[in-house]
Amino acid sequence: MDAIILQILNGLDKGSAYALIALGLTLIFGTLGVVNFAHGALFMIGAFCAVTLSRILTLSHTVIDETKTDFLGNPLKVDVPYVHDIFGIAAGNAIIDWAVPLAILFAIPVMILVGVVMERGLIKHFYKRPHADQILVTFGLAIVLQEVIKYFYGANPIPTPAPAAFKGSFDFGAAIGFDPNLIIYPYWRIIYFLFATLIIGGVFAFLQFTTFGMVVRAGMADRETVGLLGINIDKRFTIMFGIAAAVAGLAGVMYTPINSPNYHMGMDFLVLSFVVVVVGGMGSLPGAVLAGFLLGVLESFASMREVIDIIPGINQIIIYLVAIIILLTRPRGLMGRKGVMED
Amino acid sequence: MKSLTKNDLTLLVAVAFLTLFAPFILNPFPEGSAMAQFNAGYPDLMQRFVIFGIFAIGFNILFGLTGYLSFGHAAFLGVGSYAAVWMFKLLSMNVIPAIILSVIVAGLFSLLIGFVSLRRSGIYFSILTLAFAQMMFALAYSVLTPITGGETGLQLALDDPRILGSSQTPEGNIPVPGLFGMEMRDSFDLELGSWVFTFNIGYYFCALVLIASFYLAIRIFRSPFGMMLRAVKSNQQRMNYTGLNTRPYTLAAFVISGMYAGLAGGLMASMDPLAGAERMQWTASGEVVLMTILGGAGTLIGPVLGAGFIKYFENIFSKINATILHEWFAFLPDGLEDFIVAILYPFIGKGWHLTLGILFMMVVIFLPGGLVEGGQRIRSWLQARKSKNGRPNGTTEPAE
Repeated sequence: MDAIILQILNGLDKGSAYALIALGLTLIFGTLGVVNFAHGALFMIGAFCAVTLSRILTLSHTVIDETKTDFLGNPLKVDVPYVHDIFGIAAGNAIIDWAVPLAILFAIPVMILVGVVMERGLIKHFYKRPHADQILVTFGLAIVLQEVIKYFYGANPIPTPAPAAFKGSFDFGAAIGFDPNLIIYPYWRIIYFLFATLIIGGVFAFLQFTTFGMVVRAGMADRETVGLLGINIDKRFTIMFGIAAAVAGLAGVMYTPINSPNYHMGMDFLVLSFVVVVVGGMGSLPGAVLAGFLLGVLESFASMREVIDIIPGINQIIIYLVAIIILLTRPRGLMGRKGVMED
Repeated sequence: MKSLTKNDLTLLVAVAFLTLFAPFILNPFPEGSAMAQFNAGYPDLMQRFVIFGIFAIGFNILFGLTGYLSFGHAAFLGVGSYAAVWMFKLLSMNVIPAIILSVIVAGLFSLLIGFVSLRRSGIYFSILTLAFAQMMFALAYSVLTPITGGETGLQLALDDPRILGSSQTPEGNIPVPGLFGMEMRDSFDLELGSWVFTFNIGYYFCALVLIASFYLAIRIFRSPFGMMLRAVKSNQQRMNYTGLNTRPYTLAAFVISGMYAGLAGGLMASMDPLAGAERMQWTASGEVVLMTILGGAGTLIGPVLGAGFIKYFENIFSKINATILHEWFAFLPDGLEDFIVAILYPFIGKGWHLTLGILFMMVVIFLPGGLVEGGQRIRSWLQARKSKNGRPNGTTEPAE
């Protein structure tokens, strides 16, 4: 029982990342009808927003500290981050420590800008072209973005720690009545899961309860009619593209303490996220979220020692296996709408 | 050969000429000169040109003719390499049985995967092939280590049985792949003045296979079968309405292109007898997609051009470094020189992938027909200009 709870918990954080990326992919596909292979790159750019912010915060200038001396008696040079000058030492250290959560504020405008530029500059010209062309051009864009990041940040993973307050683990088992130390779970992963649910809930609420969201949903159902009613649907769809990019970017920002960001993390997640979208059903937002969590949990179950002993290698292939079975038996995916990309 | 039209024959002769004289064509700069680093006429790279050419020709039979975009084609290439290396381990170091087995094994795998994947089309087909390829990659990397060698890859060993050959050479080394006594790695150098041309047996073997595969591709393109595949691409629904089941045709195309990939994998293992799982990863499948699109999908010569183009730049472009750039622009004033080098630097050397990505995007956006379409546009533009010069009023104006 405790092992099962542990695996479900383990699956949730990876599932959250899948769900967030798949949600963005589905938003783009549902609104603009574009298959965006560069979505993994947006996830990666988000992660590097966190890296950038923590580098900006630790920008330092050198001062000579008269109170400390080296062994020759000369005054020591020390690096002082600019934030210390602005906010004082204690507050400055706290700000540096909280770089990753602060990066959320930094990433939202950056990602929306990246998304809008991408849509207006490139994707716009591909609405009328076949899906294969869209896949190819966004695939090319993903390579370009990845190489640009590699040029500026190098090829090695950059460790970006979570705030000290969230280091360590939470004894989940003890809290629900099991023996202590049976089910322990890092705090940051709990935060990640809560954050993901918050974002997903936010996106759904935005679409469901605002006028803007209502228009977008109407546009998803019948773009032409909404256009004929005198609503500038293109502009709203562009904004939705920005929001989808921001969702992927935030998923990346918060993922940095779990996995140190490197330039190819986007591609690694992209393939799996596409599988998630297809399993959930092309164009279905709840489907994408559901499939994301489902596949994350399944993957973590498959990596249990007991399961691997029975079917060796199952942890490596479970997601693809599930995708193949679902595509062959239920081509519309778990919750796919009728008529969306059915052949 | 008689049944080929004049155009196709010209194309075939051109390809044969280019591959057979590649050691000369790719080595235009004398040894030791500043431009010698642009010489691509060394065996290793020339072999890669032709092998990836074969791979891309095969991919084009599927994607170019039927429009089904497979994102998992490298899996068949990987399977082919494994099969060939196993043949070297168990039977003999002769490349013929190894290549035959790799084609057969790749064909069987593609039959199975194609049968399942072709039940869906469009993006679903791409995802299915991707999923299968990633599964095979993951398995080859982990559980199937006894068969595939896992992370280190499958290598030859001194104690392999090799029932028709010898386990080791008299000197106690692992024998090298060969063809009835000719070793694949043997080559001889021809020195003409300051030029050095290398003729490698392995390369010429691959080149002959390429010419044969190219001829076969021409025949497929011009056959009623090829016409049927093009009909599937342009309107599958209409084909179904006429009462025709398209599945056998697309499956045949999938298997043929899988066998081409297996052939390429077998050749790759014959040139260098080891096989690794990374050949099957989806980035490798993405590479062949890049080659085909860049050269021109659906055209005969396009994939070969694309493969040569990408492999050339991968090996030559990536060798340029900042010092060489400084040498090139040394004639400029210092400040300007540094400025230009700083601008160009991200695009060369290790950054050549960036150049490739940008180039690929440009091709998809502006030249959907790839390099071939670019060539055609230039030619028609030249012709238009010529006819304009010859006869100023070449086009007849309608009477008012």
